[in-house]
Amino acid sequence: MRKILMINKKLFIVTLEIILLLFSLLLIFGPMTSLALWSIADKWFWPNLLPQSIGLDYWRQALGVQKSLAIGAVSIIPAFFLSLMIAVITVITAMSIAIPAGYALAKYKIPFGMFIFFLFLMPNAFPQQPIFVNLLDIFTKIGLAGTIPGVIIVHILVGLVFGVWITSATFRSIPPQLEEAARSVGASGIRTFFRITLPLAAPGLLASSVFVFITSLDEFTGTFFIGLPFVITLPMTLYSSSGYNMQFASVIAIILLLPSMLFMMLIQKVLKAEYVGGMG
Amino acid sequence: MSNLKLISILKKYGKVKAIDNLNLEVQDGELVTLLGPSGCGKTTTLRTISGFLAPDSGDIYINDRRITDIPPERRGIGLVFQNYALWPHMTVFQNLAFGLQMRKLPKDEIKRRVKQRLETVRLEEYENRYPRELSGGQQQRVALARALVLEPDILLLDEPLSNLDALLREKMRFEIARIHKESGVTTVYVTHDQTEAMVISDRIIILNKGRIMQQGKPEDIYENPANKFVASFMGNTSFINGTVVGFNGKYTLVKTGDGLTIYGIGRKVKKGENVVIAVRPENVQFVLPPDIRGGMKSNNLFSMEIERETYIGEVVDYQLRIKSWSIRAKSAVSNKMTKGETVKIYLDPDKMPILSE
Repeated sequence: MRKILMINKKLFIVTLEIILLLFSLLLIFGPMTSLALWSIADKWFWPNLLPQSIGLDYWRQALGVQKSLAIGAVSIIPAFFLSLMIAVITVITAMSIAIPAGYALAKYKIPFGMFIFFLFLMPNAFPQQPIFVNLLDIFTKIGLAGTIPGVIIVHILVGLVFGVWITSATFRSIPPQLEEAARSVGASGIRTFFRITLPLAAPGLLASSVFVFITSLDEFTGTFFIGLPFVITLPMTLYSSSGYNMQFASVIAIILLLPSMLFMMLIQKVLKAEYVGGMG
Repeated sequence: MSNLKLISILKKYGKVKAIDNLNLEVQDGELVTLLGPSGCGKTTTLRTISGFLAPDSGDIYINDRRITDIPPERRGIGLVFQNYALWPHMTVFQNLAFGLQMRKLPKDEIKRRVKQRLETVRLEEYENRYPRELSGGQQQRVALARALVLEPDILLLDEPLSNLDALLREKMRFEIARIHKESGVTTVYVTHDQTEAMVISDRIIILNKGRIMQQGKPEDIYENPANKFVASFMGNTSFINGTVVGFNGKYTLVKTGDGLTIYGIGRKVKKGENVVIAVRPENVQFVLPPDIRGGMKSNNLFSMEIERETYIGEVVDYQLRIKSWSIRAKSAVSNKMTKGETVKIYLDPDKMPILSE
């Protein structure tokens, strides 16, 4: 009798776990399913539960395979590569600022260290619109408005928050004794950094690069003010089509999601790297 | 041949003197322990020697070479940390080889020296493991090997056994003593554990508030503590306060406020001085009825009441009370006495140090 109860209890817990899992999957992937469905819907009018007819017209149009003016979609390939290029340059520049800054903030006592730390937070601490309106004014005067470098600068400003905060947290988590041990066996400060600190910080640095990358890829407000009408990134195309063309908007949304998901998978793989477990 | 010399080292944090005019000399091959409670300056001293902390004034010499301004990587000092500080992304072999690579030694030479050093710490089969795959004791042996593989002039160990469990710590003490004897390297060892210090040291230096309280061989310090701080730090010491009332041969007589007269050894005390008597549990002898014979002196014989008794395995630990004084004592389990009993005890006057208050 008792044994049966035990089995029943176990069964109950397993069932509960499955239900919770399905529910959370629904929460995470539910909206995406709708996106996927919309992206292949040729016709989908109320009150039908599912699209009346499906096809890949919007995908073909968006990827530039097919050109027609009938469905109001354009090739997003140029915008995609522009976004990608801006994101890559943003990551490289932001990280080459964030790594030394994060290291310094983590390892040295810097006068006004906390103040500098919060300075990096500034662009995200205030409502973004007023900041970017102001910036537009400045950028117009110095000729950066509506240019790709102008947009990259904005992305760096926004991305540095993640860059500096995550890198400095990463460097702080490395016990100073690991570096001191290296110094004591004859490694100079620079050698210690490249042979000991950097390899140990790599997962965290990668994670912060990914955050900067994704932030840049998705950045809207700054690009809207500084970049338009000449710099049209992927989120800009999404915005301009989202009002009237759900299919096209869905295609762009899915394409925007892809790099992020790829990177998330990469992070997970790297963060599981075994030696992280040996720290601490 | 290498010796270490610290001359008038001063290090302040704000107004607090972490190291207060410290002079220290460590001879070739000697193992010196810096012993003291946390905040006594022992770790600060170690970090000054290793070069991670610059003293405010004073000088450090290794083999008569002034190293005060030389960066850590060029001091020729091996370091072992409390948390081992093995590099988690390197195997045991790579951890040991790193320093040798920095010296640009040829590959087969590196291999030979690493293997030989792993043998001394008895970890030769573990060279391809990562630190996380080793137990705490093994990790600490790797850390020791990593410091020794460069054949440093001076080896510094910062509470190397504090992270290990009691049983392993006890074994590792002897292991460290053995490795030190084999390698013969001049060593400074920092700990707050007096037993550890007693087991491994040639000489113990007791620090408090950045100053040397006493230094000497373990048994000398234990048996002849120079002051109350040292007596309280070494052993489970109880104190009885009193005033010196006179001298009798080699003994000093102390009278307590509540009228006890106790004989002991006072080295630097004067008549009328307020003093403390340091009573260690092993010097409190229980006098059983057949022992009270005519020949026994009646000095230092007291009746005491057992306030508490605790069985701790090999012995029974007691708290005894006489008037307002409470002292700790030990007896063999076979003589176990119980709470409330009144017992006669004898305090051997030769083993009762009388110290200035």
